[in-house]
Amino acid sequence: MALINRYDFVLLFDVKDGNPNGDPDAGNLPRVDAETGRGLVTDVSLKRKVRNFVGLVKSEQPPFEIYVKEKAVLNNQHKRAYVGIGKAELLEGDDKKRKGGDAVDEARQWMCRNFFDVRAFGAVMSTGINCGQVRGPIQLTFARSIDPVVALEHSITRMAVATEAEAEKQSGDNRTMGRKFTVPYGLYAAHGFVSSFLAKQTGFDENDLELLWQALAQMFEHDRSAARGEMSTRGLYVFKHDSELGNAPAHNLFDLIQVKKNSEEPARDFADYTVSVREAAIPAGVTLQRKVG
Amino acid sequence: MKIFCLEVTGDFACFTRPEMKVERVSYDVMTPSAARAVFEAILWKPAIRWQVTRIEVLKPIKWITLRRNEVGAVISSRNVQAVMNNGSGDLGLYIEDERQQRAGLFLRDVAYRIHAGFEMCDASRHKQNFPHLAKHRINDAGEQRIADETNTPAKFLNMFERRASKGQCVNQPYLGCREFAANFRLIKDVAAEPAPIAESRDLGWILHDMDYRNIISPSPRFFRAELKNGVLDLANAEVRG
Repeated sequence: MALINRYDFVLLFDVKDGNPNGDPDAGNLPRVDAETGRGLVTDVSLKRKVRNFVGLVKSEQPPFEIYVKEKAVLNNQHKRAYVGIGKAELLEGDDKKRKGGDAVDEARQWMCRNFFDVRAFGAVMSTGINCGQVRGPIQLTFARSIDPVVALEHSITRMAVATEAEAEKQSGDNRTMGRKFTVPYGLYAAHGFVSSFLAKQTGFDENDLELLWQALAQMFEHDRSAARGEMSTRGLYVFKHDSELGNAPAHNLFDLIQVKKNSEEPARDFADYTVSVREAAIPAGVTLQRKVG
Repeated sequence: MKIFCLEVTGDFACFTRPEMKVERVSYDVMTPSAARAVFEAILWKPAIRWQVTRIEVLKPIKWITLRRNEVGAVISSRNVQAVMNNGSGDLGLYIEDERQQRAGLFLRDVAYRIHAGFEMCDASRHKQNFPHLAKHRINDAGEQRIADETNTPAKFLNMFERRASKGQCVNQPYLGCREFAANFRLIKDVAAEPAPIAESRDLGWILHDMDYRNIISPSPRFFRAELKNGVLDLANAEVRG
């Protein structure tokens, strides 16, 4: 079913002794806003996790295929039949080159039908007329930590070396040092928006939306690695507007979710924070769905 | 032309300079085309064209640099066609193979007051270019009734004013890039608002907007931007292609 409501959402997630998002400019240190000391996680980092999660649970089958893939996780991708959707399309729309514009439009719609991430986040199709691209209904912002984070640097040792030459140089000692960076604790908040108007253009429907909420709630559970430490979604607060255009400004809704630190001590656990939702102040025509938290 | 005023604020913004778009560098201030897009995110119909008349800078110009992993390829519609026709194939894009790391120099902590009005224009030419923007019903009885009326300026004036004052939008407006979402507020009495920053500087030639008269390949148009006491006056700007 097509979406008929606007949604704005707040995603709260935390990291413990891990690096939520490394900065390639700073030797993979956790991203930090230099001016305020607050940690950052980019929108694309979060979208990557949504894609990986959907690819994982829907095992890369149309209509939930993932266009932008991460090889390490999803290396099962080879030739796959598009028969069914592909062939049916072929039978209907075979007018033999109507115009370049039509072909792009058809291809775009076909991509939307088959690929979850094209439907959700949009994509750029290279050839054809200027509007050969899809704007997705899901818009995500950078996540920022509630409080300044500190990045710790840890030196670690490895009891083996990679090459013969290295071993000889160390005369058989075979030890190398490496380093990793962690944030001891950080609670991050990101904002997101869902436009039903853009959803109609890409065919993103209610089922897709449910899958998106599930992905946001569970994506960190399937993204474990040495670098990440313990990450988890701590809150997913979805504001559903009665109308498509919306019933309140998004920033007013986001302000209803307040996160406070309980003590002056540095936070090291989610229990060190209190999340309060001013339910009473939710404007008419907006309902809050607490997916997580 | 009735002029509306919106205050837009956000944590970050990137109004990318076209001459430095591989590693994005933002202009110092919001461009008229980005401001137009904010208005269009709230209300746009083929029958109207927004014109930005004034941009006021409310916060000091500050910068942040960020590097991100990006994908350096786009979907080839020819490949899609081939897979559609054959019924099989591999369409995925592997980010490890197509990775680019791009830094961006973005604005941070921005606030602007943007002023714009719309003029009516011929809607018919949009019909063939945007087949996927077909008419659909809006699940708001009042909005739909007004939308069904014939195109008059008064109808659009009312629609915009009502939407903007309620915080309604078609999609959340953004400051140059979609990840930099903008908060917006309709300002009814500009005189009651604080003054823009006391800063004057010559910003050189910056993008005014794209000229979409040739829809196949729109051409950019530039103007000589001069910030005078925090105000970019566009009403008398000389725009060149």
